[in-house]
Amino acid sequence: MNTAGKPSRWKKFNSQLDLQSMVWPGIIFVFIFSYIPMYGVVMAFQQYDIFGGMMNSPWVGWMQFRMFFEAPEFWNVMRNTLVISLLKLIISFPAPILLALMLNEVGHMGFKRVIQTVSYLPYFLSWVIVSGFVFSLLSVDNGTVNYLLERFNLVQEPVNFLAVPKYFWSILVSVNVWKEVGFGSIVYLAAIAGIDPTLYEAASIDGASRFKQIHLITLPSITPIIVIFMILAIGGLLSAGFEDILLLATNPILRPYSDVIDTYVYRVGILNARFSYATAVGLFKAVISVLLLVTANKIARRADVSLW
Amino acid sequence: MRLSLGDKMMQRSIYILLALLALLMLYPFWNALVISFNLGSDTALGGVTLWPRAFTLENYYIVFQDDRLLNSFLITILRTLCGTALSVFFTALLAYGMSKKTLLFRKQYMVFFMITMFFSGGLIPSYLLIRSLGMLDTFWVLIIPGIISVWNMIVIRTFFSALPEGLEESAKIDGSSNYGIFFRIVIPVSGPVLATIALFTAVGYWNDWFTGAIYITEDRLLPIQTLLRQVMNSNIMTQIGSSNAIALDHMNRNRTITTKSLTMATMMIATIPIILTYPFLQKYFVKGVMVGSLKE
Repeated sequence: MNTAGKPSRWKKFNSQLDLQSMVWPGIIFVFIFSYIPMYGVVMAFQQYDIFGGMMNSPWVGWMQFRMFFEAPEFWNVMRNTLVISLLKLIISFPAPILLALMLNEVGHMGFKRVIQTVSYLPYFLSWVIVSGFVFSLLSVDNGTVNYLLERFNLVQEPVNFLAVPKYFWSILVSVNVWKEVGFGSIVYLAAIAGIDPTLYEAASIDGASRFKQIHLITLPSITPIIVIFMILAIGGLLSAGFEDILLLATNPILRPYSDVIDTYVYRVGILNARFSYATAVGLFKAVISVLLLVTANKIARRADVSLW
Repeated sequence: MRLSLGDKMMQRSIYILLALLALLMLYPFWNALVISFNLGSDTALGGVTLWPRAFTLENYYIVFQDDRLLNSFLITILRTLCGTALSVFFTALLAYGMSKKTLLFRKQYMVFFMITMFFSGGLIPSYLLIRSLGMLDTFWVLIIPGIISVWNMIVIRTFFSALPEGLEESAKIDGSSNYGIFFRIVIPVSGPVLATIALFTAVGYWNDWFTGAIYITEDRLLPIQTLLRQVMNSNIMTQIGSSNAIALDHMNRNRTITTKSLTMATMMIATIPIILTYPFLQKYFVKGVMVGSLKE
């Protein structure tokens, strides 16, 4: 059987060459653009030589990692990454669920549709455009926010919001909610739409208020999907943001509050060309992220929810 | 259904809250639009928030004089069209192959693809790869790295797997090849899901600025979002003035143009194509997102 197994597999493979030829472009493509960079992480254990390339670079073991852990920026970068991620988890994560629950209470279909279309809008704008809006609204010379604050005598002179480090986290998280909340609600709305309507009928005959129905029927029904997104969010704890931070924190004065792992990798890697060091920092992040994801998934499995 | 007093109050407040939310969603966009149509010198006086006080097309006129900007606009359109066409085609082809249970090594292939969703080599190894492939400062670097999306493949594959089997049976009896079935039967019935994927792919290409920021140094290849970012971080007036005599002349004669008004006009030009497209495809992408969220 074993000796006959191989040739017959080849025969089968040869008989479905047209089917195989449909997937091979994709495989080759993913191999080049995803797997070769994955192999490239060995650079993290070298001192990359710009002229020699990876083949001729000396091996340095864990030196790059040690350098990162001992770097003066290390604790700051880690703190910002974790704090921003947690803020996003506490605020940006539940926001679309709340919006979906509210939208579900709207009986007027036209109203609902308008609100949905409008709330999806920011999702389709690039971060460059969004940062342009933020700069304009918060600008010192007649941005709407300062205009209103002055009008109502809440401040004596305009505040340069994007140059005050302690405001940065609030601005970042608010802008994120603004951009993602509408689109994020789609999945939850779909899950709510799948709930058996007889459950609500029975509850309302029993005299349960709408609020009680949300609490006792809607929320429990969409818990599995919330858990799935929670697992993904935990896997992304070290991805606190990249484009948003890069574009909003253009003022270096914000760095003590805005620098996260990904922006740090970009800065030292691309702008300062410390290839091996930046790769090591990126690898550190990638490995921890996978571990977090697997752990979160393991815990969720006890409740019969799993990503795979 | 009759509502109790408490329910009614809750519903009222939800309507009001949602209406306020919608205004909050629209305002930043609206404010930028208003400023782009308002005389720059007038905007500088302050207070323009809801309606243009001194309506003008001057900002757009100046922006459209700028060759560099028009060129980046053209690059972005080309990139979006080519990229979306290639990406949807190869991703759908891959998804069709992967949807066939008879495909040998199907499980192994799936693992191969799934791994890339959870682990990646990161920024620097990707950059060095692109560099060693000689793709820096080429048009293709704006397209090729994004062609296959594993996530989109899974969404399309889920859709293909749910198609009734009888659909392909008759064609198989007629002796059609897999390619024949794919082009003549599967693609025509997959309009909505392919439209959704095409929309998201197109928006992705249109909005991407980072590829341009790290892989492109030549002005003639810069996508509009990357250029816009450069412009926002410097002074748009000196940039436009230095590259265009007509614009410079106009700006010197009419001291009504400001950096802010020109930036807003440019931002609007870079955004309007998307704003005009997505509402029409809304019912498709809502469905598409639902397909994607279904687990196998």
